[in-house]
Amino acid sequence: MSRNTEVFVIGGGPAGLSAAIVAAELGAQTLLVDDSAKLGGQLIKQTHRFFGSSNRDAGIRGISIADKLCEDVKNLKDRLCVLENTAAVGFYSNNEAGILSQNAYERVSYQRAIVCTGATENSLAFENNDLPGVYGAGGVQTLMNVHGIRPGQKILMIGSGNIGLIVSYQLIQAGVDVVGLVEGLPTIGGYLVHASKIRRLGVPIYTSHTILSALGETQVEGATLCQVDDRFRPIPNTEFDVECDCICLAVGLTPLIDLFQQAKCRMVHIGELGGLVPLHDSSMKTTNPEIFVAGDASGIEEATTAILGGRIAGARAYESLYGSNDKVEQIVAEAKEELKTLRSGSTGERIRWGRERVLQEVGAC
Amino acid sequence: MTSLRIEAHPVLEFEKKKKVRFFFEGKEFEGFEGEPIAAALHAAGVKMLRRSPHKNRARGFFCAIGRCSSCIMEVDGEINTMTCITPLKEGMQVKMQKGHGEIKP
Ligand SMILES: Cc1cc2nc3c(=O)[nH]c(=O)nc-3n(C[C@H](O)[C@H](O)[C@H](O)COP(=O)(O)OP(=O)(O)OC[C@H]3O[C@@H](n4cnc5c(N)ncnc54)[C@H](O)[C@@H]3O)c2cc1C
Ligand code: FES
Repeated sequence: MSRNTEVFVIGGGPAGLSAAIVAAELGAQTLLVDDSAKLGGQLIKQTHRFFGSSNRDAGIRGISIADKLCEDVKNLKDRLCVLENTAAVGFYSNNEAGILSQNAYERVSYQRAIVCTGATENSLAFENNDLPGVYGAGGVQTLMNVHGIRPGQKILMIGSGNIGLIVSYQLIQAGVDVVGLVEGLPTIGGYLVHASKIRRLGVPIYTSHTILSALGETQVEGATLCQVDDRFRPIPNTEFDVECDCICLAVGLTPLIDLFQQAKCRMVHIGELGGLVPLHDSSMKTTNPEIFVAGDASGIEEATTAILGGRIAGARAYESLYGSNDKVEQIVAEAKEELKTLRSGSTGERIRWGRERVLQEVGAC
Repeated sequence: MTSLRIEAHPVLEFEKKKKVRFFFEGKEFEGFEGEPIAAALHAAGVKMLRRSPHKNRARGFFCAIGRCSSCIMEVDGEINTMTCITPLKEGMQVKMQKGHGEIKP
């Protein structure tokens, strides 16, 4: 079987939902696929009130932002078709893509594709890191916030970025004892508001420490930690054990980019954005003129910026098919203005750098 | 030991689903219909889902979203089933697959 669509959006997180909503609102026939059972991407696991711009969802819980976007999607059902439990598995040369749902394979003929696949979690090398009970932060959140099951009774968190801090707090809310938070750097990585919440609740924070090994035969029963020097080398004779039945890794994300590579988009490695990302201009278009990108797949950032990037990509993809109009320009101008505010200040510095490098590379090619 | 199921949560509410019986390595277990098989096993205290084919190392779930294949098991005779995203049904036979598993004719 095959399907036809004008705009084909891959991934139903905040970026993909926003791109699909804008493209359909402007008038393009749009198809959105997501490989999970429920739309919303990372948002469906976020029980905390969001940081970000105040006119765009700051202070609202992630799950509520997802509900709001899904409501908009429903209202557009004449022009926006949604397939859940459906993964995009590859691009072909003649503007065709393959999608796979519950053992059925179909082809999609599209005019423009917007790829918003999000990110994958990084792992960490230590002895026994393959033991049952060593989980990614995403896995822990899925189990706890989607399925209502605690990952364990006593958990050790590795990584003190915002994800490590927020998931620690979510674990405490769910009744799990967080026995410690381990960070290789001498200071906490995430926002201080999140860190002080954890500290107030009595979670020991081990900065300048790392995990050497997980303990146990068939499942985690503890972990050995030690101090590290300023080049992350373990300091001898500082080892000690902690008791826990699971270990949660929150050590960063990497953009999920295989589809871009397959579609022969030019890639560039930018550390500030989380690794390899598809080169793209300020309209979110990649070097393959039929393919756009938005969200964490274009560089690891936040839900708020993913929504705005998605809106720009949706508007520009529509424009490349039907030409511009006032509405398109208004959506793009508003999104760009908000992005500028969000990325200002010291916390946005790394992202600003990374983003500028992408645009420089585009200029150079 | 307290149960791993979250009964009361300050923010979330979990929909009560129908209880079903299933079998893990021939032994009877209880879980909720439609939740992932790996989640039901986890709630019942089963963390090791298989052993790795080469080094015989214990394996559990990792990503919980159908990406990493760490959770593959034999379900109703079908090997390499990702149990973290396969919904639980009444009477399911769930087994640890040996090595790479065996495809049945
Ligand atoms: C613990 C935690 C706390 C956070 N807190 C905040 C916060 O307070 N404020 C904030 O602004 N941001 C926050 N974020 C970040 C935010 O959630 C992400 O930046 C945002 O979700 C990225 O959106 P996205 O649409 O790019 O990707 P995602 O939300 O990851 O969505 C991608 C979607 O694409 C699907 N997909 C992937 N590949 C395919 C394929 N081949 N076919 C079909 N579907 C596919 C995935 O299943 C997923 O549903 C947090 C993140 C985490 C993990
Ligand atoms: S745990 Fe990763 S695929 Fe199931």
